[in-house]
Amino acid sequence: MYLPMSWLKEMVDLEGIDAQTIEDSLFSCGLEVEERKPVAPDVDGIKVGVIKEITPHPDSDHMVICIVDCGEYGTDIQIVTGAPNVNVGDHVPVALPGANVYARKKGDDSGAHEVMNIKKGKLRGVESNGMLCSGEELGIDDDWYDGAEVYGIMMLGEDALPGMDVKEYLELDDEVMDISVTANLPHCQYVYGVARELAALLNRKLNAPDFTYTAKKEANNNNITVEVKAPDLCPRYVAHFVKDVKIERSPVWMRRRLKMCGINSISTFVDITNYVLVEMGQPMHAFDMANVAGEKIVVRRAENGEKIVTLDEKEFTLNSENLVICDGEKAVALAGIMGGLNSEIKDTTKDVLFESAKFERGNIRRSSRALGQSSDSSHRFEKGVDEYTTGLAMDRALHLVEELGCGTVSATHVDADANPERESQKVVTTFSAVNAVLGIEVPTETIVDILSRQNYTLEIDGDNLTAVAPAYRTDIEGTAADLAEDVIKVYGYDNIVPKFMTNAVITSGGLNKKQKAVNKFKDCLVAQGFNELINYSFYSPAELDLLRLPEDAPERNYVKISNPLSENYSIMRSMLAPSVVKIVSHNMKRGNESARVFELANVFIPNEQPVATIPTENQRFAFGIYGEDEDFFTAKGVLDAIAQEFGVKFSYEKETKPFLHPGVSACVKCGGKKLGWLGQLSYEVSDDAEITKKCYFGEIDYDALMKLAEESCKYAPVSSFRSVKRDLALVADEATTCGEIETVIRDACKAVTDIKLFDIYRSEAIGEGKKSMAFAITFAAGNAELMPEDCDKYVTKILKALEYKIGIKLR
Amino acid sequence: MENRIRELKAQIEDEAAKIASLDELKEVRFKYLSKNGAIPALMKQLGSLSKEERPAAGKVINEFKVWATELFDENEKDLANKALLKRYEDEAIDVTMPSKTRKAGHLHPVTLVRNELIDAFTGMGFTVFEGPEIDDDFHNFTALNVSADHPARDKQDTFYINDDLLLRTHTSTGQIRALETMEPPFKIISPGRVFRCDDDGTHAPMFHQMEGLVIDKNLSLCDLQGLLDTLAKTVFDKNTKTRFRPSFFPFTEPSVEVDVTCCECHGAGCNLCKGTGWIEILGGGVVNRKVIENCGLDADVYSGLAFGTGLDRIAMLKYGVNNIHLLYDGDVRISDQFRK
Repeated sequence: MYLPMSWLKEMVDLEGIDAQTIEDSLFSCGLEVEERKPVAPDVDGIKVGVIKEITPHPDSDHMVICIVDCGEYGTDIQIVTGAPNVNVGDHVPVALPGANVYARKKGDDSGAHEVMNIKKGKLRGVESNGMLCSGEELGIDDDWYDGAEVYGIMMLGEDALPGMDVKEYLELDDEVMDISVTANLPHCQYVYGVARELAALLNRKLNAPDFTYTAKKEANNNNITVEVKAPDLCPRYVAHFVKDVKIERSPVWMRRRLKMCGINSISTFVDITNYVLVEMGQPMHAFDMANVAGEKIVVRRAENGEKIVTLDEKEFTLNSENLVICDGEKAVALAGIMGGLNSEIKDTTKDVLFESAKFERGNIRRSSRALGQSSDSSHRFEKGVDEYTTGLAMDRALHLVEELGCGTVSATHVDADANPERESQKVVTTFSAVNAVLGIEVPTETIVDILSRQNYTLEIDGDNLTAVAPAYRTDIEGTAADLAEDVIKVYGYDNIVPKFMTNAVITSGGLNKKQKAVNKFKDCLVAQGFNELINYSFYSPAELDLLRLPEDAPERNYVKISNPLSENYSIMRSMLAPSVVKIVSHNMKRGNESARVFELANVFIPNEQPVATIPTENQRFAFGIYGEDEDFFTAKGVLDAIAQEFGVKFSYEKETKPFLHPGVSACVKCGGKKLGWLGQLSYEVSDDAEITKKCYFGEIDYDALMKLAEESCKYAPVSSFRSVKRDLALVADEATTCGEIETVIRDACKAVTDIKLFDIYRSEAIGEGKKSMAFAITFAAGNAELMPEDCDKYVTKILKALEYKIGIKLR
Repeated sequence: MENRIRELKAQIEDEAAKIASLDELKEVRFKYLSKNGAIPALMKQLGSLSKEERPAAGKVINEFKVWATELFDENEKDLANKALLKRYEDEAIDVTMPSKTRKAGHLHPVTLVRNELIDAFTGMGFTVFEGPEIDDDFHNFTALNVSADHPARDKQDTFYINDDLLLRTHTSTGQIRALETMEPPFKIISPGRVFRCDDDGTHAPMFHQMEGLVIDKNLSLCDLQGLLDTLAKTVFDKNTKTRFRPSFFPFTEPSVEVDVTCCECHGAGCNLCKGTGWIEILGGGVVNRKVIENCGLDADVYSGLAFGTGLDRIAMLKYGVNNIHLLYDGDVRISDQFRK
């Protein structure tokens, strides 16, 4: 919100307090001054001058030479001007050498301005010691000063004495604070509210606005009625009838204040509603009574399909979620958001009906968002308006009508209040409870003083404290903490003394086993050169299409977001791989020659469709690798390293997925349970994902893996004797896999500790459809040296098993 | 005999000087010292000498043999040494050639910050409590005293699954879930992913927070500042100071924003802190009674402190990352830079 310093100073006695102190005080109670902006930041050095003498310019027929009296700055200053409207005796703004004014940007037709520094100079050979200024050069228009937009030099009043600072004369020496207010303080969202807060903080006198007016009884009293059919959405509606209005320009003080708050002056009645909005925080509306049929106001939910055209000539089709203000026949305003075009104030308006109402913030917000229509009023209602101020604001508006002399305030006043007996929030507590929240001892008399200054009504009985909050406070919930907050903001947060939970019980902290395992898992990957990814938890269903997942794939059973930012982020991830594929593609496109990336994150599995209960979150691990040194087996190595770290053994079976190379893909099993998959991305998917190199991906169910992981590990003695290695070259059918042979070998001989395939050889001599596979087999020694004869026995056993079980012979 | 020895000696000296390899040396040694070599042959000739001459001649031959053996040994040592030097020379490399290494991997910067904070808090007696990412209205809003008409509940700001289920907008849900399941007194932190309908230059629709909650008896604002002061000193450095200023969260009262002295300029004022010397990194407060009551505890007995911080924001401050989207980019050249 914008807050002109002069306005604040009118409401609070701020004598002797500088702007920085004001800013700091406001900050301490949650009102952050984001900016303090001078009204005329660039203009300075302009003094009042009186023209004493005008002579023609010898070399120009459109310029004249003026002798100007600027009081203490010189009584005979010669200034040349080309303006057509100067006369002897005029009081004018004079920019003396060194002054800054605005000038149209040269060569820019948009009317943009730049700052110009005034220097002594010669105009067609005649010395000129400054410049007489127009309103534009001072950066002001007719709203700020009548006559500012005249063609030529701006004329000042006779009360502008020679040598006076023009900025001071025109009240341009003001500044405007831009304040941000936290959501719990709607009572500080307006000028009077901030002034009230500041007066309490600084313990200074508050000069409240004048709320008085004299209602004139008329002979033929109007019989206006207000019927609120939706009191839940409109708990208070105050209407007041104003007769014989004059729709004209508002006085300069009001125009200036509105301008400083970023509002353009329109005419008396519109300006009064805007002024009250800024000053009292209460949005008001003025209806042209000529357009209010049946002398009747009805506040109701709109009918489905009902239409209204708002002041800005936009048409809206409404439904029962929207609140409308109607007369006897039709909707005349979209409640709290904008008036209807059919009842707006016109130059010809004779009688006005003022509205000051409280509309529920939630409803205004929903309507405003749903219709895409907002206004200063709707923004204000969204922040919250209190019913107490609703009444006060009407009084203020009527006072302003009288002060401006722009209408006759009638006695026709209707107050439709759903809860006229409304009571202020009461806090029943103790002084010690208030101090307990703070952790320090604020003296009782200080607490009493601070709360009284904030308009609490207090009842004190020893330690017992009953505090009734002022009517405008809607943030009070009735607890000691409410008072503690109001005390400490004035007493000062600096008084809080850091204590390290001296009253708290010692608790044993730390990670649990599951959390430690996550760290270990990630460390294991980082040690293998992996970079960790964090991807968004949502993506597009198109990601699943890219992987060519069939309609009945389990991953197609996903959780849908009902209001996604876009289709791209519309479903919760049902698998991680698509995100990792994207990252791999991104790295390749950026020219990175290799990458190892992984993500450990949740996928979301619906318990039912449509989703009704909190979906199951399943932690998954997915990785992607590519680069010169990577192949299927380095990918498999990643998983085996993890298996080893967690004391389990993975087995791999050939199995493919719609997005993997059919010949280079496998499922990953552990303890007989399928944990996931790995493989090379298929060429079709690679093409679609703009992946140009072979790359390998895998995804496994992390939670399932952790259930299988060993609980603890125990030391097993190692033999002090050497193990022995034997090489076997075996001839097998092409279809026989390494895994099958390994299983047979292991099953045949318990002494085998390691089997490594180190060569595959094919030749005519071996035969069509056959291959020779060379294995290095390691036998472990027990508690004695392993003898050649023992190894021979093992080998014989192994060969027998190979031949018998899968028909494989030694080459 | 003596002539013959002189002759052989000259011959051996001559040949030894020409030996260039251990193999040649072996040959020469064999020629003179093997069983049938020239020197043992001299021994055989002793028989042709008189009995009186034999001892002296034998001694001379023996001395000659020792001389030759020593000469060859010397030679061998010399040659072995030369061969070793040559091997070293042959195997010499250009040490400035590229190294062979498996490049190290790196954790995500948010994980690094998360781990650091967890480390600091677990040391203070906190446990880590992780709640679900998809939660319901009750845990995300109602129980946290967020009123029914609070703007945060807008579809504009929160991702919904249906009317009740939503993507949690803050890790404050962890407060409620901990209060429901844990026996007081306890201290927890609840880190994790959170979601808001915002995607522009400075916002990502997903980011990370860490909520903290202490439930015990007689906790006050002083305890909160003490706790957060310790934390700031751990995460940044020991000279870091904290400052409270009033704020508003529906679930705490009083609520405070916590500023710490700028980690870049240490309070002098710089671009990072927009000249104020302070940066805002935390929010917190004394837990609102209603929250404690909403979770079925006696608010006259138990009090609480709650606080929350953005992990992405701390990561960005710590590593000098100026755009949150870079944290989710995935380019390994970016992630390789986050080492600690």
